[in-house]
Amino acid sequence: MKKLIISLVFLPLVAFANEAAIGVTAPIDAADYASLQRGARTFINNCLNCHSANYMRYSRLKDIGLTEKQIKDNLLFAGEKVGDTMTTSMNPKDAKKWFGVAPPDLSVEVRARGFDWVYAYLRGFYRDETSTTGWGNCVFDPQTCKVGMPHVLYELQGEQVLNHETHELELVKPGKLTPSEYNAFVGDLTNYMAFMAEPAKQQRKHIGIWALLFLGVLLVLTIKLKKAYWRDIK
Amino acid sequence: MANKIVETKGIMGWIDARFPLTSNIKNHLTEYYAPKNFNFWYFFGSLAMLVLVLQIVTGIFLTMHYKPDAAQAFASVEYIMRDVFGGNIIRYMHSTGASMFFIVVYLHMFRGVIYGSYRNPRELIWLFGVAIFLCLMGEAFFGYLLPWGQMSYWGAQVIVNLFSAIPFIGPDISEWLRGDYLISDATLNRFFAFHVIALPMVLLGLVAAHLIALHEVGSNNPDGVEIKEKKDKKTGIPLDGIPFHPYYTVKDLVGVVVFLIVFAAIICFAPEMGGYFLEANNFIPADSLKTPAHIAPVWYFTPYYSILRAVPPVMNSQFPGVAAMGLSVMAFALLPWLDRSPVKSIRYRGSLYKRWLAAFVVSFFVLGYLGTVPTTVWGQLGEWSKDIVDTRDCATWVARIFTFIYFAFFILMPWYTSKDKTLPVPERVTY
Repeated sequence: MKKLIISLVFLPLVAFANEAAIGVTAPIDAADYASLQRGARTFINNCLNCHSANYMRYSRLKDIGLTEKQIKDNLLFAGEKVGDTMTTSMNPKDAKKWFGVAPPDLSVEVRARGFDWVYAYLRGFYRDETSTTGWGNCVFDPQTCKVGMPHVLYELQGEQVLNHETHELELVKPGKLTPSEYNAFVGDLTNYMAFMAEPAKQQRKHIGIWALLFLGVLLVLTIKLKKAYWRDIK
Repeated sequence: MANKIVETKGIMGWIDARFPLTSNIKNHLTEYYAPKNFNFWYFFGSLAMLVLVLQIVTGIFLTMHYKPDAAQAFASVEYIMRDVFGGNIIRYMHSTGASMFFIVVYLHMFRGVIYGSYRNPRELIWLFGVAIFLCLMGEAFFGYLLPWGQMSYWGAQVIVNLFSAIPFIGPDISEWLRGDYLISDATLNRFFAFHVIALPMVLLGLVAAHLIALHEVGSNNPDGVEIKEKKDKKTGIPLDGIPFHPYYTVKDLVGVVVFLIVFAAIICFAPEMGGYFLEANNFIPADSLKTPAHIAPVWYFTPYYSILRAVPPVMNSQFPGVAAMGLSVMAFALLPWLDRSPVKSIRYRGSLYKRWLAAFVVSFFVLGYLGTVPTTVWGQLGEWSKDIVDTRDCATWVARIFTFIYFAFFILMPWYTSKDKTLPVPERVTY
């Protein structure tokens, strides 16, 4: 009976583990500040033109090792203040007209999709002349491979096509970066987006260690206290 | 004015002459005699109180920054997560607390079931408890809309729509609940009111009634023996009873610390709990035009949700499913009158009861799991079945079988508990 209950409790966890069938693993490393800073630069230079990150403040980049001066000099282009959030100047109504859908806010995108998904998505664009933007992406929609967003980074990645027999993507026109350089590039970007989705993640883990150490000591004391009181109960 | 004669002196004497402080401390703590043989299962009552307090305190701090406005709710939660000092920990305490509340309450209820704590003379304690459970379900449901994510929105949509399945008056009821023709700002506002003031008040009142009833008749114990039947002739204290304070206060303290270790570990290292405590879809703001492919309630509602989905519609009405779901929760209230066994505790019951209980526990877990996944999860029955059955989803059929077992546990209880071979119950508790 006990074994049965235990196995049933863990059954859902096993079931969930089967779900992540994206095929690639994003190089996430919250301690790699250089990677996070490169990703932040890529994000601000490329993504913020259309997408916003309305809940993320530029000043939060101090958490990944940048100084206020560095942020001001290198990452603020349109008169924003360091304490401002990462808004976009693209009008959502125009965006809807141009792309069919307003680009979503990316602040917590990684928490909604998972970082492996974001990493695979950024690598998954291919030439599709039948779509309105000229690009398809099967990560976004495995059924139709249609996506509203064009391949913004195609100059870097080059052009891929989908081999309909093997269902693999093949690079037909090399870009400025080699495939491994490109993967590292979007890897940094994904790493940054993971940080941005929950900037206080490292802080809560840090708190967690101290909390558990404290509670561990408290547990020993309360067990001793309980034993002392219960000695006379026969 | 004639002063009341009191035994205490000084400040306590002054208070006792005006308010029954000492007598209350005695009645509920230092001279409330609890059986000395409480085991692991008896931690969860005090833990439920702890989680209740945690939810209220963290909730107060969240309401200081949260905005119950469809245009600002999602952003205000992220504001709490990023810009409020300690906000992320407070928010995770509240979201984790919701799930832990149900874990603790389910274990507390299971304790009541296995040791027959709902039996005479504790029927009212049990009924107050069932009311607390219902109230808690409402509290969780209303609270889940507040982050205004996709799952909040569509989960609320599904649940409120259930009411429209009630014949004749249903559509009007769900419109009345929503305050609009769809889940909207008006709905968010009223759910906020229910979540932060209406239901917490009811909950606190019910908890007080639960405890008053408990302290009137005294606690049951793992042997199901009434300790009040064997009292010390001189003092009138039950022979197997020990004062709640200090014995159980110091013992419960150990349980509290163990609970806090688990709680802190989840908050700090896995607040989403693999998508069970915080669903990924809820990090996408609510969008009334985009229905998610798969809508599932949070794990603590999934057994009942499975039952809802398993019951086929009759004459194009979903009402039978909704009624079955309602009954699956309400059935617990009938336990005191369904159980005809001469013994209370599982320790002295026969194998027939134990098998039914095991079947119920398995049903609860299987239905709970199936409620989290789409009905297509286990594939489809073969071609042969397409003209004979209404659905070919294997998971739906499995859910139907376990729904049947779930209800059989209650419906057949008078039969199998009276027929079961029981063991002799000892005179005194075993310690």
